[in-house]
Amino acid sequence: MEGKVYLEDGSLFAGKGFGAKKTCVGELVFNTAMTGYQKTLTDPSYMGQVITMTWPLAGNYGINAEDNQSDRIYARGLVVKEVCAAPSNYRCEKTLDQWLKEMDVPGVCGVDTRKITKKIRQEGTVKCVITTEDLNFRQLKKLCEETPLRTDYMKEASWAAASDLAVYKEENLNVAVLDFGTKRSILKALEQAGCNVHLFPYGFTAEEVLASNPDGIFLSNGPGDPESAQEAVQEVKKLMEAKRQDGKPLPMFGICMGHQILALAAGGKTYKLKYGHRGANHGVYNRETGRSYITSQNHGYAVEAESIILRDMEVTELNLNDRTVEGMRHRNRPIFSVQYHPEANPGPGDSAFLFDQFVEMMKK
Amino acid sequence: MLKKNIKKVLIIGSGPIIIGQAAEFDYAGTQCCKAIKEEGIETVLINSNPATIMTDQGIADRVYIQPLTAEAVEAVLRQEKPDGILAGFGGQTGLNLAMELEENGVLKELGIELLGVNKEAIEKAEDREQFKRLMNEIGEPIPASAIATSLEEAVAFVEQEGFPVIIRPAFTLGGTGGGIAQDMQNLEALVQLGIEKSAIGQVLIEKSVAGWKEIEYEVIRDSKDNCIIICSMENLDPVGIHTGDSIVVAPTQTLADAEYQMLRDASLKIIRALKIEGGCNVQFALNPGSSQYIVIEVNPRVSRSSALASKAAGYPIAKIAAKIALGYSLDELSNYITEESSALFEPVMDYCVVKFPKWPFDKFRTASRKLGTQMKATGEVMSICRSFESALLKAVTSLEVRCDGLRIPYVTGLTAEGLKEKLMACDDERLFVIAELLRRGIMSLQELHEKTGIDMWFLSRIDNIVQMEKRLENETISAGLIAEAEALGFTDAEILSLSRINANALHDLRTYYDIHPVYKMVDTCAGEFEAATPYYYSCYDEEDESVADDRDKVLVVGSGPIRIGQGIEFDYCCVQGVWALRELGYESIIVNNNPETVSTDFDTADKLYFEALHVDDIMSVIQKERPKGVILQLGGQTALNLAEGLSARGIPVLGTPNKYIDLAEDREKFSDLLHEIGIPTPDGGAITEESQAAAIVEKLGYPLIVRPSFVIGGRAMQVVYNDGELKKYLKEAVSLSTEHPVLIDKYVEGIEFEVDAVGDGENLLVPGVMEHIERTGIHSGDSISVYPAYSLPDAVVDKAIDYTERIARALHVCGLMNVQYVYDGKEIYVIEVNPRASRTVPILSKVTGVQMVKAATAVMLGQKLPELEWGTGLYPKSGFYAVKVPVFSNAKLTDVDVALGPEMRSTGEVLGMDPDLDKALYKGFLGAGTEIFSGGGVYVSLRDHDKTEENAAVMGEWAAEGFTIYGSAGTAAYLKEKGVVCEAVPFEQVGKMISQEIQVVINVPQVTNNVATDMFPLRRQAIEHGLPVLTCMDTARAYLKAVKVKKSGDTLEYPPIFG
Repeated sequence: MEGKVYLEDGSLFAGKGFGAKKTCVGELVFNTAMTGYQKTLTDPSYMGQVITMTWPLAGNYGINAEDNQSDRIYARGLVVKEVCAAPSNYRCEKTLDQWLKEMDVPGVCGVDTRKITKKIRQEGTVKCVITTEDLNFRQLKKLCEETPLRTDYMKEASWAAASDLAVYKEENLNVAVLDFGTKRSILKALEQAGCNVHLFPYGFTAEEVLASNPDGIFLSNGPGDPESAQEAVQEVKKLMEAKRQDGKPLPMFGICMGHQILALAAGGKTYKLKYGHRGANHGVYNRETGRSYITSQNHGYAVEAESIILRDMEVTELNLNDRTVEGMRHRNRPIFSVQYHPEANPGPGDSAFLFDQFVEMMKK
Repeated sequence: MLKKNIKKVLIIGSGPIIIGQAAEFDYAGTQCCKAIKEEGIETVLINSNPATIMTDQGIADRVYIQPLTAEAVEAVLRQEKPDGILAGFGGQTGLNLAMELEENGVLKELGIELLGVNKEAIEKAEDREQFKRLMNEIGEPIPASAIATSLEEAVAFVEQEGFPVIIRPAFTLGGTGGGIAQDMQNLEALVQLGIEKSAIGQVLIEKSVAGWKEIEYEVIRDSKDNCIIICSMENLDPVGIHTGDSIVVAPTQTLADAEYQMLRDASLKIIRALKIEGGCNVQFALNPGSSQYIVIEVNPRVSRSSALASKAAGYPIAKIAAKIALGYSLDELSNYITEESSALFEPVMDYCVVKFPKWPFDKFRTASRKLGTQMKATGEVMSICRSFESALLKAVTSLEVRCDGLRIPYVTGLTAEGLKEKLMACDDERLFVIAELLRRGIMSLQELHEKTGIDMWFLSRIDNIVQMEKRLENETISAGLIAEAEALGFTDAEILSLSRINANALHDLRTYYDIHPVYKMVDTCAGEFEAATPYYYSCYDEEDESVADDRDKVLVVGSGPIRIGQGIEFDYCCVQGVWALRELGYESIIVNNNPETVSTDFDTADKLYFEALHVDDIMSVIQKERPKGVILQLGGQTALNLAEGLSARGIPVLGTPNKYIDLAEDREKFSDLLHEIGIPTPDGGAITEESQAAAIVEKLGYPLIVRPSFVIGGRAMQVVYNDGELKKYLKEAVSLSTEHPVLIDKYVEGIEFEVDAVGDGENLLVPGVMEHIERTGIHSGDSISVYPAYSLPDAVVDKAIDYTERIARALHVCGLMNVQYVYDGKEIYVIEVNPRASRTVPILSKVTGVQMVKAATAVMLGQKLPELEWGTGLYPKSGFYAVKVPVFSNAKLTDVDVALGPEMRSTGEVLGMDPDLDKALYKGFLGAGTEIFSGGGVYVSLRDHDKTEENAAVMGEWAAEGFTIYGSAGTAAYLKEKGVVCEAVPFEQVGKMISQEIQVVINVPQVTNNVATDMFPLRRQAIEHGLPVLTCMDTARAYLKAVKVKKSGDTLEYPPIFG
């Protein structure tokens, strides 16, 4: 099976196809993590995107039942240098190729993924067509031109309401999760920290959230441009002002999209990064403690520092490479958020303690 | 932030190269010096190893080439009064010295801070009991284990836990004396040896997890407790084979994210618990059938693995560790490769790295090739490519083992039974055996997995290579297939041999369909950021990232893996060459594949290509870069062997023209040439068949010296005294090298000396002459040698200089040359001429101040010697003696003879320097780790040939110094006859007396390297007790001089060589 990736600028990468026989249009991004392809592909934040893995050998340890971050593959396609046909790991149940077929997602291998990565680095993320069907250059070009990319996938990425959540425990804290496409490992992390999780898919209102009498509110990760989530931003703005039923301020914690929506709700601004941060190796500096952490990241947009500093928010953490905002905190309220993924999966769990911090806030 | 109180630091080097402690510490130490100097802090370095870059002028502010003993380091500390000491860059040697100085209070007394490592961390990591306690405290799993200081304790453990168990002595290098015991007999032997080997008389005995995956992480921590992983590595060989002897892949290949993160978390926890500030290596065993793991070992310092990780990931661990030791935190430092991004991140790769060990079994033919917990490799190669298969094949090509793929003739010739047996023998050729078993379908992947424990992932990748071999053999050759094979790492030679198409057809196909490698960058970040450092590897992919500009450039070919006969000295030469090129205004390009070295540091040359040193790979780089010329004479025989191939392809090889290199290596033609210009050489001849030997024997008479042509390090060279020995030799040697004849020369006994020189085609500069302590018959690499000549009459030296000049003119020598002579009291004979850099270049450069490589590089590029600062002719002597003492890794290879002979065995060397010759000798012995006894017992056994008046007198001197002389029956009788008091000891008694009554063994064997002789086990026994074994009477005489210095009680002076 042939496989091709056509880029908006007219460049074509022809290799072999694997996975489903299919054609998709999406935003082409690259991810530098060397492990965790299954977790990455099932992360709803990749909805609408085609992922190029910089690590050249995908599928080495196969696919297992436990690593999925959601109910399916959210990415539109996968581009790798080489796919492993004979994976090896005691948990391996199927090959990456089989899984992509089952999930109806196309993959392309045998192309120069480093060249693609450098192109994205130099020119920014681009629209692309990935195909394992027999399409010629003109067809690809036409399809690329005619298919607009959406920026509001967070509205459709809430999947978890239908999932099995942990049993409700009376003694636990109640957390309202505003679900923009949450990863399973976030829910697990909250549960492990001693929380009952109440999911609110996109379209929630501040009133219904508050009606659940939460001890705290969590804003999840998710795909797309936060500015496309105006409804949510408005509701979150109300929640930021709200108080718990016991009269105390309502603690809020946001991750990734949740962080960006909090920034917008605070009156700040977000902007699109040239090619985003996607990987498991980014150093983040905490301005308050002087300590640094390796973090897992997956975002195309970032919060403009100046815009939030003027809105009662403090920039608490910075990316060590490009000085972008990685964390912020409200000056007067128990509200904080991070751009990176403390729940890891894939990637390092160095900042997993943030979930405990959130729990401590809720207990106060 | 930079610690304000640190103005001056001492860096401790690792000393001579031995198995388990090689060039990686020159790399680490050099990086460390550079990183500290950048901060404006004064650097003082001590190292006994003269072949290193780190001991060169200009690396540290002041350099001491002095023995690495506590006494010498203390003396230097008192002279220099540094504020801090960096011991984490000199391997176990550096750490042990620092511990000693900390314990004996010297550091405290002088107010010197131990930087980077602390005593507590070293103890917790290296003392088994403390390590165990710490792991228990932090909840990290370790195997069931016990400390044993006696056999009884070990047996008690095994009775409870069962076999197999691993025995490891505490506080040793590279697992010396360790092993896996399967039964009681094994256990006894290993425990006893281990207790003796351990500096503290302890062994760790632990339940073996042989067969589990062996995984390593390289971790860095700073004083703020920030921790990062630089690189993860997975051993292809499961637990049971020392990681230094394993094929290692980076990053890990068979770990899912969950497992990777689990071990990452554990690594971070461990380095935090140890509070190491700097680099650290953590080794794990991971159960392939679950997520269960155990911590095997922690190295609280930079190591061989960190050198590999640095080169694999592009992240300079030693440099960053040095900055951390000075007080910086990771967030304050920049990524050296990208310059823009932070040093606080975890490198990612978009390529696969394979490390393959280089073993010395071609030299040590009697050594057991079985691999286990004791490291045997002398060096390693690394390769980088986009897939595991191609990286593996590149690594195999880099080994220079005369095969172009996974087919080695010896293995492909084995029977099915032979292969199965060899598979289980677990030796250095196991990879090739696995490939052959797959090739012939004798075993399935599953069976191989069950037998070897090697992960199915690796096995299926090896099978991919075998399947491609079959396709090349059976399918119709197409451009597509060739492209696939090339991308999988197949060499042209292998493709030609399998497909049976001809070379021109392959060349045309490749040209027509543009099947050529491109170069990609090693950039630490998989392309996420722009990299500033030009470090490349080849692959068959689309985009070529290496941009060749139109500056004048010169390519230097490196020397590949460290092996016996071709050590770190050639890396020294290559690095010097690169620096010289830069000074001369050329762009410098280096091609090499040794991850341990300074030459493959990303900022040594203007451009670094990490490639096999195969003519095809070099040609690809040449086609890419189009250099003005190629320098081969700095990279040892490996590089020089390319001269013919490159010249034939019309590539300008700089320096001595290829036809003269050929001439110097063709003994017959060369001997004719010497004859023509009136220079004597021992008579001899060359034979291609055994039947031709008789005529030569008749003409020359015994003793004879025999060897194959084209040699590295005297491989398969031997002195024979009779027909029987000659016949036996020819059987073995001819099978070693069929395409080249065997050379037979008259063996001239006398003083051996060597002259190193730089020629410009007309003039000659001779920095100095080195005279050997041992007379002819001992390989020059294994002799103790002295600069300047100490006993040769001036007239002899003058004559030798004249000869050297004549030879240089005749060979049109442009660049470096080394000539070895023998003086038999009347005549000077030429033994060997090497038209390239030699082992002694770094030594002579340092002791005379003549920068030989710089001079050679300048003349190769057209300058003339009189234009340079050192003039021509014999350079004036320096005001001191420098004694090079070879160092052997005898303790590592337990079935190898220690006796000196014409075949080189040493792995490294030290230099003893002093205005007084005897003191220089003494320092040399000390540096080499030879214990100098002031008295005690000495056992002597001489071959008949050595029962001479002269030698009897030497033993008389030993007796006069107060040694009790014991001897074999024959030797004792002879010595008594000559008036030397000597007690004859029956042979069976000697073993029991070693290390009791006997402290020194003097044994000149009839035949060396023969494990079947009576004395072999005695020599081994003495070595295993760490006692001196002197196998040449000249060495015995020199040792006695050292004894006298020691007994004189004179204080030794330790002046710096530079600064």
